[in-house]
Amino acid sequence: MIESLEELLAHALKKKESEKNSHEELRVCIGSSCASLGADELKKGLKTKVKDENLDKQCSVKGVGCNGLCSAAIMVSHYDKEKELETIYGGVEQNDIDDLVGIIKDKSSLENKKCDMNEPFFTKQKKIVLENAGVIDPDDIDDYIAHGGYIALFTALEEMRPEDIINEVKVSGLRGRGGGGYPTGLKWETVAKVESNQKYIVCNGDEGDPGAFMDRAVMEADPHKIIEGMALCAYACGADKGYIYVRAEYPEAVKKLNKAIKQARNNGILGNQIANSGFNFDLEVRLGGGAFVCGEATALVTSIEGNRGQPRQKPPHLSNSGLWGEPTILNNVETFANIAPIIKNGGEWYSSMGTKNSTGTKVFALTGNIKNTGLVEVPMGITLRELIYDIGGGVTDDKPLKAIQTGGPSGGCIPEELLDIKVDYDSLKEVGSIMGSGGLIVMDENSNMLEVARFFMEFSKDESCGKCVPCRVGTTELTNLLDKFVKKEASKSDFQLLKDMCEVVKESSLCGLGQAAPNPVLSTIKYFENEYLEGIKDD
Amino acid sequence: MIKDKVRVKTFKIDDVAVTGRSDSTILEVAKEHGIHIPTLCYLEGLSCVGACRMCIVEIKGSSKLIPSCTAKIKEDMEVITNSSRLIKHRKMILSMIFAERTHTCSVCVSNGHCELQSQATDIGLEHSLVPYIHKGFDVDASHKEYVYDPNRCILCTRCVRVCSEVEGAHALDILGRGISAKIIHDMDEPWSTSESCTSCGKCVQVCPTGALFEKGASATEMVKKKSIVTNLIQARKNK
Repeated sequence: MIESLEELLAHALKKKESEKNSHEELRVCIGSSCASLGADELKKGLKTKVKDENLDKQCSVKGVGCNGLCSAAIMVSHYDKEKELETIYGGVEQNDIDDLVGIIKDKSSLENKKCDMNEPFFTKQKKIVLENAGVIDPDDIDDYIAHGGYIALFTALEEMRPEDIINEVKVSGLRGRGGGGYPTGLKWETVAKVESNQKYIVCNGDEGDPGAFMDRAVMEADPHKIIEGMALCAYACGADKGYIYVRAEYPEAVKKLNKAIKQARNNGILGNQIANSGFNFDLEVRLGGGAFVCGEATALVTSIEGNRGQPRQKPPHLSNSGLWGEPTILNNVETFANIAPIIKNGGEWYSSMGTKNSTGTKVFALTGNIKNTGLVEVPMGITLRELIYDIGGGVTDDKPLKAIQTGGPSGGCIPEELLDIKVDYDSLKEVGSIMGSGGLIVMDENSNMLEVARFFMEFSKDESCGKCVPCRVGTTELTNLLDKFVKKEASKSDFQLLKDMCEVVKESSLCGLGQAAPNPVLSTIKYFENEYLEGIKDD
Repeated sequence: MIKDKVRVKTFKIDDVAVTGRSDSTILEVAKEHGIHIPTLCYLEGLSCVGACRMCIVEIKGSSKLIPSCTAKIKEDMEVITNSSRLIKHRKMILSMIFAERTHTCSVCVSNGHCELQSQATDIGLEHSLVPYIHKGFDVDASHKEYVYDPNRCILCTRCVRVCSEVEGAHALDILGRGISAKIIHDMDEPWSTSESCTSCGKCVQVCPTGALFEKGASATEMVKKKSIVTNLIQARKNK
């Protein structure tokens, strides 16, 4: 049991001591993308080979979370602890095991698979949320602690009052990374001020946007960071119980979180009297059935309560009446993952990054027609051009770019001519899209924007819970109408009906799913109206 | 018994100054003052779900449209219930309901006694503004007294709520998502085999359309007696 900051630091030191003879690490990415290509077998084979060659004292082999560059899966990195130098190798296969071990013997091995660490993909990123992804073993709480984990929590419990934490979060300017962008500190302050014997902290890990896997990667790579963020939130707001709501389609994330919770409990980091402070907090993982609507705050808490996952009208907001009618904080995975670094380094440190109204960094999942598909973390305010062409390496086969879809089904399509806008909450909103949770789909000149709009509308239609009329019927009607445009069978009046219906669905739906469903249609009408007009049949 | 102090709020609905208990909704205060706001899923005494969106209103100073059945009143708020924007939206929403399933009034058992039909008449909806998308469901006539026709259901869930909240049986619920959503008995079993249904008929009386009706009655006799349910709820409250 770790009962004080002093003991925590000693714990970290002990872990480092135990590894003092090991000067090198071979880190095998076992995130879902790499695992699907056989990363686990590769790690096992590598471990055996390193032992057979009597190199296991000098070099440890460990499984780590997502390294980021999924297009180069399986990724293995070699870390030289003395030089603090990391070299990443991409596209590694089973038959590269001998060469991988060769890296430890003579550094010139496997040169053809070595990634250029001076590439903008590596140099232009700023990692806070993903700082431990690809570095620590997510199954090992000691590794997390040795890399500075839980220092923020123990420092806060020993030296800070709840209001100090809220103040730091407010100073940081952190906005909810789930998509809404609501100021996190303000949300916490509201719940902290509500008088109630019972409050809850809920983490939304129900990531369902097509093309998005940011939260999955964080849960798989660094589960303790989420636990630490939630515990800090609970201390700040006066809660003693939390839930992490994860979709059941993320079995690896569920496994990692459950293991991390167990380890934290065993070390006295969750449970009663944490760090002898009188603060009690415990966590549970709740599985979601994979309904996209359950990412919506009120539907999510309804689902945790054991009911059909349907949203309800707000107000009352969760801050007043959330889980089982009690005041509840709901933040997403990335938001909670930002908390420990903010408390450790201070709110001003965080707000010095990014832009005035969108501070810090944002994790994006780059997908579509882009060379470097994968997970990146960039400072807010970076331009879309830098994100796509520098970090993303540009469009596949160097084709001309047509549009970028941000924000998932709730977002919109940004045309190529707006590539120089800044990536922040307000700029994206100004051009008719949103940040969303961070899915970013790149589309080349061959993309048909009508099909893109129809794809997202069909998704919203399938995921509508059916409670309110505009969403239930509207998304179906809109999908059918878009189908007519794709088949070039629409009439002029269909175009007007499409626009009118988008307005009604957007303005009168009950929850965010319906209210945002027309966004991909509206943004494609705004920037690619000619394609809609081409979809109208001649009389 | 000394009753809690009743706090009262003053505000405006359609430029008419009104007062209401602080725990009231906009819809409740509007009703008290004879101001008509159309509703379909709302039924006095049952929980409010804000699902049909017919009762949406505007609040001055806000661009959002909110359902008056769930929105609590606030001091000095100015509510608009009949702007051209609201009427346009309500017409489209009502059209969507008509387009979703089969509401061919002329052959409906509830013709002349249907709340959906009345809404269309009130709002001046002469034809649907959106294409029909109805796919068709099987009719359940297995119950000895009642019939359930999902093709005429508007998913207002009054039947689900009255069964759960008033009768206490919770024999009804919803199956499926989106456009495929459907009211079911127990685990989607024929009504006649439902073990939790008490055959009380409350669901039939609160159904606003011809989706739930009594066997053997002619169209002219098909008058729903929803006041039986609201009176019962009131009587229990006053007990």
